[in-house]
Amino acid sequence: MNVSSALMPTPTIPSLKQTGGAASLDATGVHAWFGGRLVLEGVDLAMERSSVTALIGPSGCGKSTFLRILNRMHEVVPGAQLAGSVQLDGVDIYGPGQRAADTRRHIGMVFQKPNPFPAMSIADNVLAGLKFSRISPADRHAVVEEMLVKAGLWNEVKDRLRELGGALSGGQQQRLCIARALAVRPRVLLMDEPCSALDPTSTRRIEDTIRDIADEVTVVIVTHNMQQAHRVSHRCAFFLAEENQPGRVVESGLTPDIFSNPVDPRTEDYVNGRFG
Amino acid sequence: MGGAPVSPRRPPSPVRPRDFGKKDAALLAMSAVSSLALVWVVFYQLTLLSGAFGFLVCWYACFLAMYWMATAELVDRMAASDRIVTVVVVTGAAVVVGLLLYVVAWVTVKAVPHLSWALFTKDQKYFEVLGPHALSTVGVAHAVVGTLEQVGLAALIGVPVAVATAVFLNEVGGRGTRLVRTVVTAMSGTPSVIAGVFIYSILIINHVLGYSGFAAALALFVLLLPLVTRTTEEVLRVVPSGLREASLALGASEWRTVWSVVLPTARSGVITAVLLGVARAAGETAPLLFTAFGSQVMNANPFAHPQSALPLVVWTNVRQAEPVLITLAFEAAFVLLALVLVLFVAARILGRTKSGDRRHGRRGTGRRFHLRPTAVPVDLTIARTIARGDDR
Repeated sequence: MNVSSALMPTPTIPSLKQTGGAASLDATGVHAWFGGRLVLEGVDLAMERSSVTALIGPSGCGKSTFLRILNRMHEVVPGAQLAGSVQLDGVDIYGPGQRAADTRRHIGMVFQKPNPFPAMSIADNVLAGLKFSRISPADRHAVVEEMLVKAGLWNEVKDRLRELGGALSGGQQQRLCIARALAVRPRVLLMDEPCSALDPTSTRRIEDTIRDIADEVTVVIVTHNMQQAHRVSHRCAFFLAEENQPGRVVESGLTPDIFSNPVDPRTEDYVNGRFG
Repeated sequence: MGGAPVSPRRPPSPVRPRDFGKKDAALLAMSAVSSLALVWVVFYQLTLLSGAFGFLVCWYACFLAMYWMATAELVDRMAASDRIVTVVVVTGAAVVVGLLLYVVAWVTVKAVPHLSWALFTKDQKYFEVLGPHALSTVGVAHAVVGTLEQVGLAALIGVPVAVATAVFLNEVGGRGTRLVRTVVTAMSGTPSVIAGVFIYSILIINHVLGYSGFAAALALFVLLLPLVTRTTEEVLRVVPSGLREASLALGASEWRTVWSVVLPTARSGVITAVLLGVARAAGETAPLLFTAFGSQVMNANPFAHPQSALPLVVWTNVRQAEPVLITLAFEAAFVLLALVLVLFVAARILGRTKSGDRRHGRRGTGRRFHLRPTAVPVDLTIARTIARGDDR
């Protein structure tokens, strides 16, 4: 083993390290196909460390597909293909030797529909990601409390941590999913329309959570709600798929600029509610 | 309510508009009675037909027609069609339950008066044909031991293979899926006697195995495998794909997702699938005929020498001329039914999820006492139902 490695030094692949703290995410030339059909073309987007980036645009323009490319969930779909690179703090997550599971541990995800594990208790749901990675924290209860506090759910569930996660309301379930995603201490958190199935109160709580966690984790959020994008994000990217065309990024930049001073007329039409 | 002033107005009495009231019941009963009278006159008096079965069919058809006309006249045609369908559906359910209860009751009536401890302690080595104590000289202990060992071994081999195959079909997928599914489906349609002939011609004729409980277990394994595989696959299919994605997005590997998320979510369903397969295997007779072969004496070793089994005892003894042996066959049938019942009860208990679920699942919705629809979105309700395993 020593001899061979001395004779033939293998090129070192920068691996994903768990250094903690938010990381930047850079997508360059991202394309996506479903069953040979191009749905997303040439997306370049830089998501800065500790910022909240909102992906906006009408349905079917490839926002969610782009989001799923950012943590290698796109490849789970049968027939899905992609091109381009995504760099997490300079390391290409699609580089040779990078494992999808490792990537997803660093880049967490919250889905549109709340999906707590129904066979697990609330506490076990929070700890699920750690269990999957074979990490057993010294003080499980402290982790559960910390994460549920971060997700704004602690006060509502602290007396029933052993009950099943499925017994919570929709908004509570979604916050439980956020706590679960945060428990593995990801460096980036992707949120795919996390509030679209929720009432206004739950939505507000989740937006508060996003603001609170933004300094320790970079957030990328897909939303159809313009006010929400305006309220929570620092930067915005406007996706659009013209008729029979794949989705592209029309414009991206600081949120105030996108909303009050957009360069492209299509962006202006969309953020002002003239279509979509 | 403590110090609150008593409300001057009494609350109105609660009404459930869709309840089946006294009037509706009367209509149903009168339709049944008048159609009975009409058909009796026409069937036995005018046309001089005979036969209870034909009479029942005519009565039922006439009852449906009469009930439809009466409801259409008194309410409206839409309600009439609605109620006819309800009646037909309820009849179907009643026939199924009735037949099942009849079978169970019949075996129970034949067997229970003769039950004694000898049944579980003795085999058929010696027995008296006549005499008041003839029944206390025979038992089915050898068959109980045989059935438990054969079915247990079959389940021991079959369940891991079946669950693994179901996971392959539903979670792994790929090129072989269609072929495997077709083969499994074809296998589940195989007549059970073929499974016995298969083991007989492959293993027993070639002297790989003798007649033994293990050979029977292999034949039962062939039967159990496709059953448990298909049911488990169905159960795994209803696990929401969002849960798999959530697990993968947390950095879990594929097998970890299956092991820690998919199987626990489908747990009660998988247990039900397994026990249904086992219960089915326990009642099979044909595959045992040329594998276990049957025996009059106790043989606790499943790996050598012929062994008895409860279905074999039923099959052999019910054809004998001795009343003692016929009774013994019914007792064996009764023990078999009881064994299957124990398996089903075990399935319900093992399939039950943790404590919190019972309190917050079914009863939490308050469906019984409120008129308002539940506030839970339908898809969530379904997901919870699936998670609880009440998916049948």
